[in-house]
Parts: sequence; structure tokens; C-alpha cells
Amino acid sequence: MEDLSLHVLDVAENGVSAGASIIGIMIDEDLEADLLTIVIEDNGKGMSPEFLHKVLDPFVTTRSTRRVGLGLSLFEQAAMEADGALNIESTVGTGTKIVVTMRHGHIDRKPIGDMAATILTLIEGNPSVDFVYNHKKGANAYVLDTREIRSELGTVPLNHPQVVSLIKENLTEGLKEIQ
Amino acid sequence: MPKISIEDLKRIKEEQIGKMVLRGGQYRAKVTVHMGTCGIAAGARDVMSLFRELIAEKDMQDVILTNSGCAGLCAKEPMITVEVVDTAPVKYVLVDREKAKKIFEEHVIGGHVVEDYALAIGSETMAV
Repeated sequence: MEDLSLHVLDVAENGVSAGASIIGIMIDEDLEADLLTIVIEDNGKGMSPEFLHKVLDPFVTTRSTRRVGLGLSLFEQAAMEADGALNIESTVGTGTKIVVTMRHGHIDRKPIGDMAATILTLIEGNPSVDFVYNHKKGANAYVLDTREIRSELGTVPLNHPQVVSLIKENLTEGLKEIQ
Repeated sequence: MPKISIEDLKRIKEEQIGKMVLRGGQYRAKVTVHMGTCGIAAGARDVMSLFRELIAEKDMQDVILTNSGCAGLCAKEPMITVEVVDTAPVKYVLVDREKAKKIFEEHVIGGHVVEDYALAIGSETMAV
């Protein structure tokens, strides 16, 4: 994975596979504390304590099409390379929360990458799931909540091309403003 | 912080009244981008972004773009599946921007399978 936005996409897709109806993605760039925090939280089916214990092992996966699972292990590695860590809290029936921390200014920290493309891909690819994206940088913040958009749209799906274009424009401008 | 304007959303909603039959489960073509860890690492998100641009450019309301997980052929990622209504789904492998453009023009719009890039036609069986 070249950047953190791809890791976020990967972990959020896990949430979709876990049957989540809402996925929260929070990125906090605290420049004063030199801390980058990424939280991905879903209300999917969760993991058992036994599975949780071994989930960061690359040779563990829920997939039946292959025998290795690299998503979380790769993300953990990216965090550790930047003096950080990846923590998972999960409860069966309630959901999963992944918290990743890194030193913001660490020379080996991967760049955040194209978060707009990640969020758009998630929304367009999974129009029945809601996404709440919260990105803070210093004192500035950007929030996108698909529940608000959905309630205005009525029966028009979130993956309608015109809706996707609007969201794209909003994401691009919103993320530029907080830089 | 900018907000998506409610007026814009309402306008889309009003324009779509009467057209909804098409996207409510019915579509002419569906493009599925495989978005497992392997696909993402190999560039699946860029392929998805390109299809989004092409669909918007041609304003193709009857084409659905979606994603799925790993299909078990990680070495062949990025992979996409194109399903044109009433024909067999086709999986394309090692898709890049150039291939994606050709697949969009010839298969999604034209209805002709780009055999050179296809893995298998008419088979939904996964390799193990």
C-alpha cells in the first residue's frame, strides 16, 4: 500500500463485509502533539476474542478464497514504522473499532494520500451503507455524513452519478480548505 | 466547512422522479471492481475512479459501478467483472487505465467482450 488512504479503504471494506450499516472514519492530524490518529469504526458482526487474538497474524483470514489475510497486518506495520501502533476493540454483535496512531512528523510515516477517492469509492461501491467521515487538521475540520445526504434524497440512491459528482466536489473542496 | 447544498440534492431528487425504475435493481450494465487488500494494493481504486469519470463524462445512468472483495486470484489484480444485461459476466484481469478505457468503450458501451483482457467468460467459479 502506497499511502494511508488505501489502508483506510481496505479496513473500511472489512467493515462492509462484516455486515455494517454504518462506518465511521476519523482522521485527526494533531500537529501540536505530533500525533496522527486514524479511527475506523463499524457496527458489523464483530470478532470473537479468539479471532481477535490472532487477527494481526498474516496467516489468518476470514476469506475462503485464499489462506492469507494481509490487510490489518500491513496497516499495523505501517503504524509501527512511524513510531505508532494499531489497536483493535471488537465485540461480537456490536462491531469493531480500529485505532491507529503514528507520529505525524515521522520520516517514515506514509502520506495520507487521496482520502477523497477512498471515501467516494466506499460510498459508490456500497450505497446501502452509511459513512461518517471526520477529518481534523489542527483547528480545522471537515465532516461528511451520508445519513444527512440520504435523508434529503428520498428514493434516489447514493450511487446515482449526479449525487456522486456532488459528493466528489464537496470532498475535494472540503479537504482542500482544512489544509 | 462546506455543506452539500440541500437545494442540489432536492433538484436531483425531482429530476429523478419517474426515472427510478432504471436504477432500482434494473440496469443495462454493471461494473464490479474487486476491492480486496490485493486489489487495493494493485491499483483497484484508480480503476474505480476512472470508471466513475467515464460514466460521468458520458452521463450513463444505466451503468452501475460497484465493488466487491477478493476473488482469490490476487496475482491477477486489479480485476473487474463486467455484466451486460442478458449476457454472461466477464472477468477482466490486470486492469490498468488503458485497458479500463478500452473495456468501457467496447464492452460496457458497445456490448463486445474484449477477449484479450478477459480471464474467463461465463464462469463465476473461483479459482482455489
